[in-house]
Amino acid sequence: MSALWPTAIDWRAPRTWVALGTLALLLVLPLLAEFVSGDGADFWVKFATRVMIYALAAIGLNLILGFGGLVSFGHAMYVMLGSYAVAIPTEHGITSGWLHLVIALAAAFVLALVVGAISLRTTGIAFIMITLAFAQMLFFAAVSLKQYGGDDGLTVAARSDFGVISIAGHIGLYYVALTVVLLALYLSWRAVLSPFGLVLRASKANARRTLALGHPVFRFQLAAYVASALLCAVAGVLLANLTQFASPAYGAWTLSGELIVVVILGGLGTVFGPLIGAILLLALEEALPTLVEALLPAYKANWMLLLGLFIFLIALTLERGVYGSLPERARGRQQP
Amino acid sequence: MTTSALETVRLVKRFGGVTATDQVSLTVAPGELHALIGPNGAGKSTLIGQLAGELSPDAGDIRLFGQSVIGRPVHERARLGLGRTYQITQLAREFTALDNVLLGVNARRGGNTRFWGPARQDLESVARARAALDQVGLGERAEAQVAALAHGEQRQLEIAMALATEPRLLLLDEPLAGMSQGEAQAMVTLLRGLKKHYTMLLVEHDMDAVFTLADRVSVLVYGRIIATGTVAEIRANADVRAAYLGEETAA
Repeated sequence: MSALWPTAIDWRAPRTWVALGTLALLLVLPLLAEFVSGDGADFWVKFATRVMIYALAAIGLNLILGFGGLVSFGHAMYVMLGSYAVAIPTEHGITSGWLHLVIALAAAFVLALVVGAISLRTTGIAFIMITLAFAQMLFFAAVSLKQYGGDDGLTVAARSDFGVISIAGHIGLYYVALTVVLLALYLSWRAVLSPFGLVLRASKANARRTLALGHPVFRFQLAAYVASALLCAVAGVLLANLTQFASPAYGAWTLSGELIVVVILGGLGTVFGPLIGAILLLALEEALPTLVEALLPAYKANWMLLLGLFIFLIALTLERGVYGSLPERARGRQQP
Repeated sequence: MTTSALETVRLVKRFGGVTATDQVSLTVAPGELHALIGPNGAGKSTLIGQLAGELSPDAGDIRLFGQSVIGRPVHERARLGLGRTYQITQLAREFTALDNVLLGVNARRGGNTRFWGPARQDLESVARARAALDQVGLGERAEAQVAALAHGEQRQLEIAMALATEPRLLLLDEPLAGMSQGEAQAMVTLLRGLKKHYTMLLVEHDMDAVFTLADRVSVLVYGRIIATGTVAEIRANADVRAAYLGEETAA
């Protein structure tokens, strides 16, 4: 199986069970929702699609944040860009999903190349601030697009047309989103273990040494940054289709922050972590208000306090995130 | 006449009012082990920083194999054949020893834009990485995490990484730093073996090691080279004794 899997898989390791269990659940989720919830199934399918979209953006961010060690605080701008790549052409009667995708990827590629080339001259706090600044610039650029709704955003009349791959129904869109997430996971898994990934991870672990060995670290970081932006743009295309809406709010710094939380919650520098992180965060955001309302009705507006406490506890106790803290190998087994 | 492996010409580096490198002209001939000694604060680290490209000099020239490298970035100098180790160990700590060395092998072999095939499945690269680990005596520890290696082993790994890049000139910054007597002995034996195959510039505090290993020695004091010569010449040099060896000979 060495050709298919980039590394040997320990089938008895806790991480492997969790990953496979999660994937199995996601595959049958619409059936499960139908079975459990009947008429309310649509809500759960749409919710799961949103989880997939967050996961996809976080898988992208993880490339530069988790494996490259650079905290980009502006990745929501690529999500927003992707959503407008659907909304604006649709406004002009261009409904081809493939064209939307091409526009989103091309725009994100150019923007990421420019923003990355400038931002990657810095590291640490400066990198955080400069990526945030670019994202804010794009946010206000979107707000100023009065002909496309400005601050109010732009509704998308109909979902993108991907020909035989229909996403008109909620279940179709869910499976497309899930497929894209699976592809992104597989691609990043291979990339991380490849010679490219080795240099990228080394640049995080010790950039000075990596450079001294003869690796042009900057180019590797830029490539990872652009790749991460492309995945976020695809997430934006899916998001605009899910909500049939595009808005500057999709590029708000709070969303950039949420994506960072997703990656850290799941486990920085693990391939599968962002998916687990997205499931956890969105499930909590969904469940906590209901829970608080049921138990302490007077405090129902303060549910975010509980969410904050949870994130705080995870950050404090599980340095490597929820998925990252699971053993990589079965107990007592030597490294291969 | 053959080109020198390394040549600095009247190199100057100032930090504010301090001249850390003062008109340093240094030549390392191909095949020689040239040692650079000097008391603390003599400017050894500053000089090495300039040679490797991490610092840029204010004046003068640095030639690697006859080619001026002023303004060339660190990674390009590495590509030209300059392999270096650090006084304070610089490793990817969460990597295994083998992955650290593999990084060095791949820097020389290229193909690092490949993002599909796993790095570990490139058998030729892995074989070369293992060979470099064997060369420094770390073959058994290939799959150990760096964090789990003893200090001496990490120092050996420092050298294996540099060797993996197939350098034409090895710049060793205090390879014996912080080593126990036994570890230092093993390192000197290792360096003696490497001396047959590599041109080296060795910066070291340990006088015994320097006088055993070096073909020629340069002495740096307050940013200036006050003497260059064979071990015997340096031992006999009155200025050197006064500036640097004084305490030891007196003791």
